[in-house]
Amino acid sequence: MQIHISEADRVPIYLQIVNQIKYLIASGQLTTGEELPPIRVLAEKLLVNPNTIVRAYRELEQAGVVVKRRTSGTYVSDAGSRLARRDRLKILAQRIDALLAEARQMNVALDEVMELIRERDEIMHAHQVED
Amino acid sequence: MMPTNRIGHLARRNRSTPPETVVELDNVTRHFGTKRALDQVTFHIPAGSVVGLVGENGAGKTTLIKHIMGLLKAQSGRVRVFGLDPVADPVGVLSRIGYLSEEPDLPGWMRIDELLRYMAAFYPGWDHTYADRLRREFGLEPQARVKDLSKGQRARAGLTVALAYRPELLVLDEPSSGLDPIVRRDILSAIIRTIADEGRTVLFSSHLLAEVERVSDRVAMIRSGQILFCDALDRIKASHTRIVLTFAEPLANPPALGGVLRWDGNGREWTAICAGSPHRLQRAAEDLGARVLEQSPLLLDEIFIAYSGIKGQVGCGED
Repeated sequence: MQIHISEADRVPIYLQIVNQIKYLIASGQLTTGEELPPIRVLAEKLLVNPNTIVRAYRELEQAGVVVKRRTSGTYVSDAGSRLARRDRLKILAQRIDALLAEARQMNVALDEVMELIRERDEIMHAHQVED
Repeated sequence: MMPTNRIGHLARRNRSTPPETVVELDNVTRHFGTKRALDQVTFHIPAGSVVGLVGENGAGKTTLIKHIMGLLKAQSGRVRVFGLDPVADPVGVLSRIGYLSEEPDLPGWMRIDELLRYMAAFYPGWDHTYADRLRREFGLEPQARVKDLSKGQRARAGLTVALAYRPELLVLDEPSSGLDPIVRRDILSAIIRTIADEGRTVLFSSHLLAEVERVSDRVAMIRSGQILFCDALDRIKASHTRIVLTFAEPLANPPALGGVLRWDGNGREWTAICAGSPHRLQRAAEDLGARVLEQSPLLLDEIFIAYSGIKGQVGCGED
């Protein structure tokens, strides 16, 4: 499970972990029934306080993304994938909000922003085809 | 049946007894000549926590740590470690503390294997298997002389000695200072293993705030010998906010608003670092015709800088 903690990110570390695990599930890199690393293993790997991992797992459990089993493991829940997909859109929505706020600040109209998005998408697509 | 906790010892400790206090400093004051190095310092460390001690050079971090180690006697006030006076009972206290400073004081003429045997003699709780495992993990050659070690290897040797008797309290004074990222990783890893394995208590001072933010439960900030705050990291983060404002007209100076620790900006756009509820500041700014562009939490580093800023900027921005 690849998680990267960014020290420059203002998002709290536990939330960075929550968001990235949701991403991993949404993108299919973690699937239903898969076990997440034990708390101390992940704490040592990411070099963060074990309580931070506890908090991240608790948050994921409350969101229904993972379930805790009696044997103490934490597993991706059945509902996890579906929920994570919704979260992905929520994360994108936050990025779009930031973009729109900046566009407004620069007096760029929504139509122009939409046009620019399509334009950039075409350029990106063209580059991928070249690759 | 209760699910087994991965760090069960923490849960067990919390269930059986209320969290005890490992270190207590109450109203400790210390002068060096006319300089007041510690000024009415009250500072407690609950058992099982990782406390990051931050502050600028000369703020009093090392002086505070020396009082815990019993290396300095409090001129006024009271120091207790495990409920004992570290000056009156150095053996009782020091035998339970693992200590690593920026420049570990190790006998240079000794070889690593001799050093470990020598240190083992002082500590009844010395764990030879653990010491040997750490030595191998850190790549310390048994035949190498301490004086020939690089700064990084010397730090690793110091860390091995500090950890091998599995102390109840691990005290690290600027352990990462001047070390490369790989050695710093080893030190952080040791801190995390110490608490995850054994539920022990850690105090470490550092000016690498990103490291403090990664591993601490609690953070104490010291400035000019005074504790500015000492609280759970979560609470410190939750009670500080960064707000980006845009004003209707360009301003030569930021407005006087309560709760702002620091202003940055010019013209119409200003960024405030504020303590306390951001809503009050937000409303006050809106009354002045400002619009909130962005509101976000802060890195510990940014909070630290806001507090260690120029004196005139701290408080309510009177200028």
